[in-house]
Amino acid sequence: MKPFKLVPDNTNIAFLSYRRLAITISSILIVGSILLVIFRGFNYGVDFAGGQSLNVKFSQPAQVEALRTQIDALGLGDASIQTFGSPKEVSIRMQLPKGGEEAASKAADAVRASVKAKYPDAVFGDVESVSGNVSQELLRSGALAVGLAMLGISVFIWFRFEWPFAVGALVALFHDVSITLGFFALTRLEFNLSVLGAILTIMGYSLNDTIIVFDRVRENLKKYRKMAIEPLLDLSVNETLARTLVTSLSLFMTLLVLLLLGPQVIFGFTAAMLLGVVVGTFSSTYIAAPILIWLKVGPDSFIPKAVAANAGAERVSREG
Amino acid sequence: MQFDFPKWKVWLVLIVTVVGLVSAVPNFFSAETVANWPSFVPHAQLAYGLDLKGGSHLLLEADPKDVIKQKLDKMQAQVSSAMARSDPAIDVGDITEDNGTISFFVRNAKDVDRAREAAYRLTTGVGVTGQRDFNVEVRDTTRIVMKPTDAGLKDTINSTIETARSVVAKRIDPNGTKEVTVVRQGTNRILVEVPGLQDPAGLKALLGKTAKLEFKMVDETANPQQLAQGTAPPGSQILPYPTGGGLIAVNRRVAVSGDELSNATPGTGGDNNQPVVNFTFNTSGAQKFAHVTQDNVGKRFAVILDNVVLTAPVINTPILGGRGYIEGSFTPQSASDLAVQLNSGALPVALKVVEERTIGPELGVESIQKGMLAGGIAVVLLAIFMVITYFRFGVYTTISLVINALMILGVMALLNATLTLPGIAGFILTLGAAVDANVLINERIREEVKRGRRTLQAIEFGYKEATRAIFDANFTNVISAAIMFYFGTGPIRGFAVVLAIGVCTSVFCGVTLSRLMVADWFRRTRPTSINM
Repeated sequence: MKPFKLVPDNTNIAFLSYRRLAITISSILIVGSILLVIFRGFNYGVDFAGGQSLNVKFSQPAQVEALRTQIDALGLGDASIQTFGSPKEVSIRMQLPKGGEEAASKAADAVRASVKAKYPDAVFGDVESVSGNVSQELLRSGALAVGLAMLGISVFIWFRFEWPFAVGALVALFHDVSITLGFFALTRLEFNLSVLGAILTIMGYSLNDTIIVFDRVRENLKKYRKMAIEPLLDLSVNETLARTLVTSLSLFMTLLVLLLLGPQVIFGFTAAMLLGVVVGTFSSTYIAAPILIWLKVGPDSFIPKAVAANAGAERVSREG
Repeated sequence: MQFDFPKWKVWLVLIVTVVGLVSAVPNFFSAETVANWPSFVPHAQLAYGLDLKGGSHLLLEADPKDVIKQKLDKMQAQVSSAMARSDPAIDVGDITEDNGTISFFVRNAKDVDRAREAAYRLTTGVGVTGQRDFNVEVRDTTRIVMKPTDAGLKDTINSTIETARSVVAKRIDPNGTKEVTVVRQGTNRILVEVPGLQDPAGLKALLGKTAKLEFKMVDETANPQQLAQGTAPPGSQILPYPTGGGLIAVNRRVAVSGDELSNATPGTGGDNNQPVVNFTFNTSGAQKFAHVTQDNVGKRFAVILDNVVLTAPVINTPILGGRGYIEGSFTPQSASDLAVQLNSGALPVALKVVEERTIGPELGVESIQKGMLAGGIAVVLLAIFMVITYFRFGVYTTISLVINALMILGVMALLNATLTLPGIAGFILTLGAAVDANVLINERIREEVKRGRRTLQAIEFGYKEATRAIFDANFTNVISAAIMFYFGTGPIRGFAVVLAIGVCTSVFCGVTLSRLMVADWFRRTRPTSINM
């Protein structure tokens, strides 16, 4: 019996010969994403925009128009009222009311009391209200976390590999993060705290993939000292191709199940992850690897480092 | 054989695995069942986040400016009495608070040094550096300026918020029996989480008042014109009655303060059997109250809550037992709230709700069931995929994957970590990382076989070469988990915790445990070829 093989043995695809085309497509996607983020913007959830969101379940199909009139009468500003899941379930989202830190929380109480008074059997599901200051802080600390994670990871790669590898990984990360952000601007899926978690995870996954390829490049650079860089990169990508596809497919499958059957609450999260798997796998081959060519990684790489490492080892052993 | 494990290592790996698995067991039983188990088996269960079990989440914030203002007010009062009590008394001008500093003129130039000395003695040390909480300097020869130091302010804010936190905890959960979380967040915030609570309005009412109770004598010398103009006689202040009730002048000096209450309970009483709050003073409070009421029979004293006069009854007879009641148009609910607030003590600073989340219970249950179902299906699909791709090694992969999943649950239970919805997603993601570790190893073994290595060498090489890449890849995940945990809040932290635990267990299961299984198989059968 033969095992199932996703990738035939001894593939020899000249991946890197398409790098200009790939970079062109990626550049268009990145620029497009940035433009989308600037001009279309995110559909921020209350986490980042401040304000309140209330989910209400009525015993009968909700009268959205009547509800809107009723809420508008409270004078709390524009409310967006949508049904979700079933016609009986309604989500009320409102801008941050002016006036003080606790205004969001008070407005949520007002809406709740008003709805309860008219529809006594209405059941409130999730109620969230976040003040402007807190939401700005959440956004700032989120952006800070993304930035620092990128920095910390590049330093790590610089130590374990060489600086062009860190640059390659960083650009690949930038590629993945900006396309994911562009996706959220395009689809207007709610951008909230868990999506931010997803972006950090995409970074982790994309790097995971990049590092596997880099690891093989490092190994082959030491093994085939005289090989030119382009065929060497092709060889490395081909050698790791089976692993790349098996792992990506495993994750893709897992996330797809989660997207289709999992709870609605993490839909945005899972969608981001799914996109991240595709983009992250692509960027390892077509963003991270070509950068190694342009930054002139070649037969000389890893020699000085190996010497330095040996010298370090000697020093340590003498001291010990 | 180099690939084989030494005996001690086999046992170590097995013990770690068994401990991880046994710790996971309580998670599959109800809390009541687990409580009846004998004491030597683990009891720790996973805590579910509010997003999974429903409840209320409030983020309270104190304004640091309020805290600083209070510190300055207090210092101003202390300076005033210290100057008056100096021997001989130091004659000073108005003590003003301006721009975060306290300053006053010393009328007689020869007193400046003594005044500076007296002011310095009012400051206190901060930490171990010997720094004081106020800087005292003399400006323009006779003006003394006191400016709080940064360290002093930081220390004051810190201790104020800590006191506020414990007051909040006492108000929400007077007996300490409920499963509530009251923790500090950042420098000036307090996070409150109450599982199961669906309407936090009552909670907010309870926390919305500082509940500073004071008893002061009424100043009957103030005439209506003075009240209307807001100019109180010296030593007195003008306070309002509750909304629309007019104004009254009272002595600034606090006769007895609410700090000296030992107990407060809601009840009924008064002329119309209205809701009231009964209170009992502690010993020193009772003595002070007895003194004040003995000396002032026939006069009025004011019961003041948060600078509003609730009531100002005439003292008919001295009150010696240290007991009394407060009336003031209470509803049964507000009387009961006030009793709780008085028992917990006053909040040292007002708190505002800056973030509020309430998660409905059905939604939580539905989410967790869907999450579990999706996770289960994903694992089954993965197992099938692995087995048809790698045969025997796919079985090892699946076994280590399942053990990995259970170990994550076990370690989380041991660490009292909280499982949130993003946590479930992180859980499934780390399973992906565990699969990747196994795939890397298996593909590498395939590759080495293809290159013509003998079976044992191929396996040895496969593990050795793949482990390096696995380490590098997982270490980046550890870095991002650490950064997420440190800088993230709520859901992101929940995610980071699972990711960090999952990275560790998946490296352990994917590399060490699966290698143990392969080594065991190799020792038993001495295979000459690998079919995969």
